[in-house]
Amino acid sequence: MTQQYGFFIDSSRCTGCKTCMLACKDLKDLPPEVNFRRVYEYTGGEWTQDGDAWRQDVFSYYTSIACNHCADPACTKVCPTGAMAKHENGFVIVDEEVCIGCKSCAMACPYGAPQYSEVKRHMTKCDGCYGRVAEGKKPVCVEACPLRALDFGPIEELREKHGTLAAVAPLPEDTYTHPSIVIKPNPKARPVGNHDGFLANPREV
Amino acid sequence: MTERRDETMSFMSASPTRRQLLQAAGWCGLATAAAGLSSPFSWSAMAEPAASGVAAASKGIDKTVWSACTVNCGSRCPLRMHVENGVIKWVETDNTGLDVYGEHQVRACLRGRSMRRRVYNPDRLKYPMKRVGRRGEGKFERISWEEAYDLVADNLKRVIAEHGNEAVYLNYGTGTLGGSVTRSWPPANSLIARLMNLCGGYLNHYGTYSTAQISFATPFTYGTSADGNSPSDIANTKLLVMFGNNPAETRMSGGGVIYHLAEARARSNARMIVVDPRYTDTAGGREDEWIPIRPGTDAALVAGLAHVLITENMVDQPFLDRYCVGYDETTLPPEAPRNGHYKAYILGEGPDGIAKTPAWAASITGIPADRIIKLAREIGSTKPCCIMQGWGPQRHANGEMSSRAVLMLAILTGNVGISGGGSGGREGSFSIPFERFPTLKNPVSTAIPVFMWTDAIKRGPEMTALRDGIQGKEKLDVPIKFIWNYAGNALVNQHADINRTDEVLGDDSLCEMIVVIDNHMTASARYADVLLPDLTTSEQMDLVMDASAGNMNYLIFADQAIEPLFECRSIYDMCSEIAARMGVKDAFTEGRTQEEWLRHLVEINREKDPALPDLDSFRAAGIYKRHDPDGHHIAYKDFRADPEGHPLKTPSGKIEIYSQRLADIAATWELAPDDVIDPLPIYASTFRGWDSPERKTYPLQLTGFHFKARTHSTYGNVDVLKAAAQQEVWINPIDAGPRGIANGDLVRVFNAEGETRLHAKVTPRIMPGVTAMGEGAWHSADSSKVDHAGSINVLTTQRPSPLAKGNPQHTNLVDVQKVA
Repeated sequence: MTQQYGFFIDSSRCTGCKTCMLACKDLKDLPPEVNFRRVYEYTGGEWTQDGDAWRQDVFSYYTSIACNHCADPACTKVCPTGAMAKHENGFVIVDEEVCIGCKSCAMACPYGAPQYSEVKRHMTKCDGCYGRVAEGKKPVCVEACPLRALDFGPIEELREKHGTLAAVAPLPEDTYTHPSIVIKPNPKARPVGNHDGFLANPREV
Repeated sequence: MTERRDETMSFMSASPTRRQLLQAAGWCGLATAAAGLSSPFSWSAMAEPAASGVAAASKGIDKTVWSACTVNCGSRCPLRMHVENGVIKWVETDNTGLDVYGEHQVRACLRGRSMRRRVYNPDRLKYPMKRVGRRGEGKFERISWEEAYDLVADNLKRVIAEHGNEAVYLNYGTGTLGGSVTRSWPPANSLIARLMNLCGGYLNHYGTYSTAQISFATPFTYGTSADGNSPSDIANTKLLVMFGNNPAETRMSGGGVIYHLAEARARSNARMIVVDPRYTDTAGGREDEWIPIRPGTDAALVAGLAHVLITENMVDQPFLDRYCVGYDETTLPPEAPRNGHYKAYILGEGPDGIAKTPAWAASITGIPADRIIKLAREIGSTKPCCIMQGWGPQRHANGEMSSRAVLMLAILTGNVGISGGGSGGREGSFSIPFERFPTLKNPVSTAIPVFMWTDAIKRGPEMTALRDGIQGKEKLDVPIKFIWNYAGNALVNQHADINRTDEVLGDDSLCEMIVVIDNHMTASARYADVLLPDLTTSEQMDLVMDASAGNMNYLIFADQAIEPLFECRSIYDMCSEIAARMGVKDAFTEGRTQEEWLRHLVEINREKDPALPDLDSFRAAGIYKRHDPDGHHIAYKDFRADPEGHPLKTPSGKIEIYSQRLADIAATWELAPDDVIDPLPIYASTFRGWDSPERKTYPLQLTGFHFKARTHSTYGNVDVLKAAAQQEVWINPIDAGPRGIANGDLVRVFNAEGETRLHAKVTPRIMPGVTAMGEGAWHSADSSKVDHAGSINVLTTQRPSPLAKGNPQHTNLVDVQKVA
């Protein structure tokens, strides 16, 4: 492996607009039900009545997640065919010529990155736009973001620049797979494992 | 291991596919075996797309063509169409420059990136059609273009001959925005208007569905529709207070207002307070405070804040004395009643005798009095402070006074006309002047309010200036008999009370001819008598502009990316052919093709503005950007610097807190008993409001919002957008719980006007007692008129607001039940 690439996710900037998700869908020509990138809404807070008025402590924020091209990916470990494998520069890629569509990787991945294609009858997933990266570009989601809330590069460089946080609620602990991501938390972010809020858009991710 | 590797390697040369064999071999051991394969993804091979359906990024693309997203969001985005064998394969956006703020890329949002699926949508209209069933039933028969042109021209001639030109109406339509040739809005600047102006004219309208109340009301205060500082100027403020302003879901472009807000605020670290019934995506955890407010009560909050500002001596008295009329007795016009001034209204010394204390405001707005006091002190003590309102608060039954009321916070604190401050209106923008296709002058001056066209069909001659806001005449003489509906869905989907509209349009003895020109089979297209298939922006050439873009604006060269699909034709060709049948073709075309017009327009603009590129350079560059030479747009800066030398366009030349013109209107117009027009920006409760008696039957307020999956109704038929951002009704757990509604449940939302069914988003992000749904979902009713798309306009009313006679589409009462 030459170096490990990864994503920077600025949740303090993210407005949940989903341009990343749709730019990816356009380039990769994905059907509605397949989401290589997903935007999670985490929301919480309570309301109490105070006379005619209301008090509340509501919060909400978004986190955009694709494949984290983990240092220790769960998907590759369970793949019976070797179709799911880690490649040069740390990209975790499914070889669609080999994959049998058993969905083991989808069950193993705590981030929901491997996505089954009903049309292709095998797994598909974010490949980090390795073709674009090889041309000196960034993944299409990164170059699409209207808020400039995403970046991509060698993970060590991203960590030097942005720190090492790689998990906030509602994401899983980063100890499972060592995802190659760095998160700038939203000002209202809750730590991983927190239950003040809930995943507010389950049908969209 | 070695044996297995050999075995696996042998699969590769076997005749069945590798996958079949691997499937047959099952699980055992193959994971490790495959690891020994030579990777098909070696780094050197990565520039070539692999077999995995990846990245047409560079391979196979024949050409990349600049185009644009020309919809009505207030942003405007360039698109780069990657075309292979005459087909758009993927959609990129502005990729020029280094993308640093100030020299940034204008990045399209999720909708622009999905344009390909609008162009190649199964709903595309393919050829001209004429209606064969009941109007609105959606039964059509294919006809030739020649027959279509004849039908339109023959009916147009007949209606003009029988009823006159005032019976011809150009309906509001914003589906194709910002073009030089193709734009559908304002209809008075569309090619349809040019055609009609050559044929004797048409019935005008004034106002828009976006801004009816604020556009009509705020000129009484500022002389012009309230201008605002550009959002880039947020870099200079200390406190930003947003009233119903939500650029993260309205002006979403990565060169538009939300991007400026994010960048500018990062520079100033300004505190941001969001006043909205919904916890918006603009808040999104970045807000310093969210102040949820009952819809339609913004003016009450402002009055409560004003009470604190006045009683705690935080108003800018020198500003009020020098620049304003009617704050207190010193500047009250002589015609006004004693104690008719604003200060008296607030302190309870006016006609109603009620002091607008924070406690009074709390009971109306739902905001605790201590929060109102805190907010007032913050606004009063922070200089400069930027008060900005969106267009949500004004799209109400009392929206005229709400919009003028929010201005008061900027006025009372003297923040008008200064950097870091603002007018209290919506954000402004730098723009590049550009003269577009001349549409000539309408010989008819009569105009109706934009929202009142269904009434003008049904009871046109009953409509008067004093009762219905008719302008240019004391009353309408004829009803609307012919409608041009170009690139618009306000014929049905976006107009209020779809079920009433269906009744009005369904009777084709009233309006006799409806011509719809569009790309898709929209709800409005279903009501056409003649249906003409238009080109998308991707299929023709135009120059595109009109973004709200802070202090860096731009023009886009939207080139033709692909050949016209099916039998679709351009609006220019359609109008030229109909002009020929009306005997005005030469006057219409002046002998130019669409491209020749564009070349002509570029040249005449270059004569005035030599810095503009010529057409061919512009075409090659795709986008032309220009910075505001003043740094930021500061609304009313000249007036602030020199109020005598640069007076406002109000009768007094000053900011009119008390408007004598409004007092005159209030005294002379015929109003319903519960319609309030007042010379001051007071709070008044409304029909269908939070305190309306109807609330006993329909206990929940319902407000609409702009939804990321659509621009109004445009893109509403794109499958990937519908799945990514789902149409839902927002309801607080406090209201959902007793109704047995859980997040994601299918519910019916209903009132006396109609019913729609959609999924519930049970969320604390909406205030208790209030529900909300994105406007613009494509109406899809069953035979019982129950809509199954979450189309809000089966629940809205055609009763207009008092002053602007505008659409109060956020003022609704409903109930919600779980669908068993």
